[in-house]
Amino acid sequence: MKELSVTGSFHPFIYGLKDGSSIALGYVPAAITFGFIAQTVPLTTLETLLMSMLVFAGAAQYMALSLLAAGTGAFEIIFTTFIVNIRHLLMSASLNEKVLPDHPFKKAGYAFGITDEVFAVTSMKEGTISSAYVYGVFLISYLSWAGFSAAGHGIGDLLPSILQQSLTFALYALFIALLTPSLKKHRKVIFLACSAAVMNSLFSLWLAEGWALILSVTLSAVLIEWAAPHQIKTHQDAKEEF
Amino acid sequence: MSREIIIIIVGMALVTYIPRMLPFVFFRTEKIPPKIEGILKNVPYAALGALIFPGAVFIHDNPLFGITGIAAAFLISLTGGGLIVVVLGSIAVLTILTPLFQGSLF
Repeated sequence: MKELSVTGSFHPFIYGLKDGSSIALGYVPAAITFGFIAQTVPLTTLETLLMSMLVFAGAAQYMALSLLAAGTGAFEIIFTTFIVNIRHLLMSASLNEKVLPDHPFKKAGYAFGITDEVFAVTSMKEGTISSAYVYGVFLISYLSWAGFSAAGHGIGDLLPSILQQSLTFALYALFIALLTPSLKKHRKVIFLACSAAVMNSLFSLWLAEGWALILSVTLSAVLIEWAAPHQIKTHQDAKEEF
Repeated sequence: MSREIIIIIVGMALVTYIPRMLPFVFFRTEKIPPKIEGILKNVPYAALGALIFPGAVFIHDNPLFGITGIAAAFLISLTGGGLIVVVLGSIAVLTILTPLFQGSLF
């Protein structure tokens, strides 16, 4: 769409790299910590790097480390990973409504990179998004996660502990930064985010983390849609295309 | 590398990738009923709410740490700061205030 090119002259992939850089930054402390814990399990550097490169799922990888350290068997670790990560089915189904049509192979390629953070950044982008944009966000996040996992295995506990503690907040800050602008624009967003937050806080008292998140997000999305079936405008009417 | 670790990593990779991939390859967006489409478009906002709470509050033994971080990130976002500004700004605030949070509230 030529007339829409006023938003900028860079390739969508470049915008993807730019928007993904905040994830890459947030992954640095998370990946270094992962590598450091992996060393204590112990995993070799190569095993640590391989897990980050092939799985690319922060929470599940942490959980796998604690199960490995406890001597849990392969089947239980894989099954736990499945439970923790099944939420991405819902996220991919949602993001699939926003991406431009493309060859299934290209979509299957970037699907590998749909972590919570990549999903959050790409789905908060105004308008529809191209495969190149998603690949940009994915690639820079992936390189940071894999690279700093291996680095953490080597350097471990070098950061001062006060900075280590505050760095653990980085990914939450990213989620808040993504949500806040939409909260200001649409009352429906406030209801969605708050109801899911309250339900997830309650459900996680009784359910495993993965199930609590899926249940609260699904219930909130369905109930609010039933109560207020108006479209949220940023998705529908935005003119930009990335 | 131990053979069991390799099996675990490959198994984890498969059960993580398949749910991420299925909707992109097999869901046809044009065939999805408008009601379901509306629900799927609500998911990102609900997901962000659930990703922040309760995780951010319980990140530290003392819940005031997370609550301060949430407030800092929210206020910096309101001023219109970009993603990186919000992330670095709230880390800076927490780093300065961390000595106040040593020890648990309860």
